[in-house]
Amino acid sequence: MDFDAIRESLPLYFHGVLVTLELLAAALALGMLGALPLAMLRSLPSPWANKPVWLFTYVMRGTPMLLQLFILYYGLAQFEWVRASILWPWLSSAWFCAIAAFALNTCAYTTEILYGAIKALPHGEIEAAKALGMSRWVTLRRIVLPSAFRRSLPAYGNEVVLMMHGTSLASVVTLADLTNAANEVHSIYYLPFEAFITAAVFYVLITMVLVAMFRQAEKRWLQPLLPR
Amino acid sequence: MDFLHGYGHSLLEGSLLTLAVALGSLAIALVLGLAGALAKLSKVRALQWLATAYTTLVRAVPDLVVMLLVFYGGQVAANSLAERMGWDSLDINPYVAGVLTIGFIFGAYLTEVLRGAFLAVPPGQREAAVAYGMTPWQVLRRIVGPQMLRHALPGLSNNWLVMIKSTAIVSLIGLSDLMARAKGAAGSTREPFLFYVAAGVIYLLFTSVSELGFAWLQKRLSIGTRRVSL
Repeated sequence: MDFDAIRESLPLYFHGVLVTLELLAAALALGMLGALPLAMLRSLPSPWANKPVWLFTYVMRGTPMLLQLFILYYGLAQFEWVRASILWPWLSSAWFCAIAAFALNTCAYTTEILYGAIKALPHGEIEAAKALGMSRWVTLRRIVLPSAFRRSLPAYGNEVVLMMHGTSLASVVTLADLTNAANEVHSIYYLPFEAFITAAVFYVLITMVLVAMFRQAEKRWLQPLLPR
Repeated sequence: MDFLHGYGHSLLEGSLLTLAVALGSLAIALVLGLAGALAKLSKVRALQWLATAYTTLVRAVPDLVVMLLVFYGGQVAANSLAERMGWDSLDINPYVAGVLTIGFIFGAYLTEVLRGAFLAVPPGQREAAVAYGMTPWQVLRRIVGPQMLRHALPGLSNNWLVMIKSTAIVSLIGLSDLMARAKGAAGSTREPFLFYVAAGVIYLLFTSVSELGFAWLQKRLSIGTRRVSL
């Protein structure tokens, strides 16, 4: 095993880690931004509100993320009107398409996670809020959402780790992430074991940090609520 | 099927290969998952530690990285082995590499699912079986196994659904599965949107049928148990 080549390429790996974390942060932020209103829509009784959201999450969770990425990046370029539109500089950029695909995907999963957490709220709490005269909006803000966020911490932690793994697909559209760094080292030095094991070590480290963060968050925000 | 410009047959062939990869991976994952769960539940410290290392490390690395490692690293290892043995060359079949990779990865997830399922069976059942004089294998096969299946089903079905979608990455090491066929058709007809959406519809078909199948199986295995209702 020749790790000298790896030591020389460490800057490449570090840059890859940075790109991976940027993709992850952007995807998670946009995903959560979209998931909140969608989860609330999903929990409304009217089928006009919850059926479209259900369809969105069904399709996004039922198809591979790689396929979604391809549809956005390669698929949309097929249409003349897309290429002529003002969005084209964005839709033709790998960065934008990757972040868009990841964000849409995590939005769908996060919507389902939040919806499940909202559904699991004991109904008595909502009745009590009504009895106290809270409006729908205030109930949402003070009772439903804080409780839902806490309850969704374990599942959301899983989702964050899985999304971090998912960013490795960005290497397929030639973004310079961690997997791409390993690919480059492999193609330059032809040392597949060393190259990919190093990338794996970085991924394990990032995963461990994320898991530790969420365990702390659960300890602070979720466990005090659980039955002792 | 003319709207697919004659590529419908190719897409169907690709989807059969995708299914083959998923089923092969499931078989390997079940074997590894069972072994891992039994190892984690055993009293041998070394086995417990080994199984924990397996589940922790494998679930911390992306599928794509493991697959590239197995494929390219395996190719290098096969080449050096062939050199040392004086053979011509040893090619790693992308189907084998894909199935081994995905099976290996999901074996770690299934270890946790099956372990949880084993723990969900009341311990009294095992004690009663041992009191009747059954051997450990008989206990597993007659008493614990069938009851464990019902608890394992939701986890198994979730992992199966993720597995079908994960097979998409096997197209990246050259296996001519559904994704690769869609890519090929997209390239020759310059209509990537059409073919990728068609592939998406086929994946949705797979996941929908799988969900229906699992719902039926869950109903069948839950005969005699009462559902929790509020």
